[in-house]
Amino acid sequence: MTTSTAERGLPSVGSVCRTRAGVELKEFFRQRESVVFTLFFPVILLLVFGAVLDYDLGSGVSFTQYFMAGVIAAGILGASLQNMAIGIATERSDGTLKSLAGTPMPKSAYFVGKVVQVLAVTVLIIAILLGIGAGFYGVQLPSGADWLTFIWVAALGSAACTLLGIAVSSLARNGRSASATVTPVALVLQFISGVFFLFSQVPNWLQTVAALFPLKWMAQGLRSVFLPDALAAEEPAGSWELGRVALVLGIWCVVGLVLCVRTFRWQDRVDR
Amino acid sequence: MTRSSTVPAAGTHPSSAPLDPDAAISVRGLVKRYGDRNAVDGLDLDIRRGEIFALLGPNGAGKTTTVEVLEGYRERDAGEVRVLGVDPARGGRRWKAELGIVLQSGAGDSQLTCLELLRAQAAYYPEPRDPAEVLELVGLTEKAGARGRTLSGGQRRRLDVALGIVGRPRLLFLDEPTTGFDPEARRQFWSLIRSLRDLGTTMLLTTHYLDEAEELADRVGVIAHGRLVEVAVPSELGGRGQAPAVVHWTEDGVRRTAETATPTAFVAELAARFPGEVPDLAVARPTLEDVYLRMIGEPS
Repeated sequence: MTTSTAERGLPSVGSVCRTRAGVELKEFFRQRESVVFTLFFPVILLLVFGAVLDYDLGSGVSFTQYFMAGVIAAGILGASLQNMAIGIATERSDGTLKSLAGTPMPKSAYFVGKVVQVLAVTVLIIAILLGIGAGFYGVQLPSGADWLTFIWVAALGSAACTLLGIAVSSLARNGRSASATVTPVALVLQFISGVFFLFSQVPNWLQTVAALFPLKWMAQGLRSVFLPDALAAEEPAGSWELGRVALVLGIWCVVGLVLCVRTFRWQDRVDR
Repeated sequence: MTRSSTVPAAGTHPSSAPLDPDAAISVRGLVKRYGDRNAVDGLDLDIRRGEIFALLGPNGAGKTTTVEVLEGYRERDAGEVRVLGVDPARGGRRWKAELGIVLQSGAGDSQLTCLELLRAQAAYYPEPRDPAEVLELVGLTEKAGARGRTLSGGQRRRLDVALGIVGRPRLLFLDEPTTGFDPEARRQFWSLIRSLRDLGTTMLLTTHYLDEAEELADRVGVIAHGRLVEVAVPSELGGRGQAPAVVHWTEDGVRRTAETATPTAFVAELAARFPGEVPDLAVARPTLEDVYLRMIGEPS
């Protein structure tokens, strides 16, 4: 099929990447828990918060418009960091990774497959959230150059969180312990990063803590997309700080990559 | 490292012999430490191309560690190893394409169907077998559309074997492949292994089942305390072929037992003493299990 005619020619890296992408998409979308947890959780949040907290922030902007940025940031976090940390920890503890490491699959193809999975899930979540927001809650979609900001914030945030998720997977003993560690941390970050509440209402010291992690910066970058520029004055710095958003997310990409390279294991720790 | 060019005298440690370049697997003086314990402690091994070699040994004797060094999963602390002519510590994709590995732990959970899993696995190899034919070979054709995680224990193990052979390996590692099989499934598995041998596949099998080793293996090696204690064809292991036979019979209402190196002559003599059948006559040689238990009980 994709085998070259050269003697003992190995399948090309590209063809194995396509195979891995197909495997990863099937693994994700056929697993009820991951679909419900990663895909529907943000959607349910949007439905509930949109219905309950339908108040005006002043200057004619609804809370749902504000929440849109936060719930998309939380959706990206779930599709990348939580999904990778739990998924890869599970594959490591049940022997999937070890088996793959014993085949001639190029190791890079495994990660390409994961990136395709994250990308597909992220795009799907964003599309569903935008559709529901615009269709049922009167959320105004971004226009013009805001789309560009939307795309780079989502892409950079997603990259940083994917790398971090892969790194975190190596710390966990198995999928369950990864879930038990990462899920509460993600929830706390959502509370203090301006997802559920206005970030300006979060106490200063918690704002400082949140500013150490990528979620706050993703949410802030996305607020610049969904909110009128007049509301930038409500931000801690009095502006959207897009340069700093790019910088912090970029730093997390580098940190995540270094951690991945240094900690990734294809099998459980050898105890004996 | 400590290779000597002189011909080793009988009885010297075989580590002084050079690696066998024609062997599928050749190991000299393999050492693997965990902490201050030597899990593998100077192991030598040669496995010929085309043979089925069974590695026997109790848990903790160093079986899985040895096999995982050969498969490239673990780094060794000392010794020389060649698997299909390549040092596993430096084995690349081309080398891995020649191997099939069935791990003790299996291949993990999956949402993919058996056929999808085999197709994906086949896509990593240069000359894979047809996934549908492989399913047929392991007897999982009717489970082609079933997801990996819905299979029973024995079916999963057969799927593991299918995944191990779909890449058309020249060398197949089978780490306790039939654990959890019922007797019929084991017999089916054995005939599968024989048909793979007929196709020229070299196999390294580790097992706890002595009947399995006796049934399948051309040679067996017994590993104890991190060393290979003996290598022999199953019928000769531990001097089994030359071991005295034990004859049982009943005479004057008493159960009698005698050890003899010439059971045929002994039985002929007995037959002459009795007018008809010798009551309760039985002639036995030590079983592989008798020999094995004696060997692992006494570290050499």
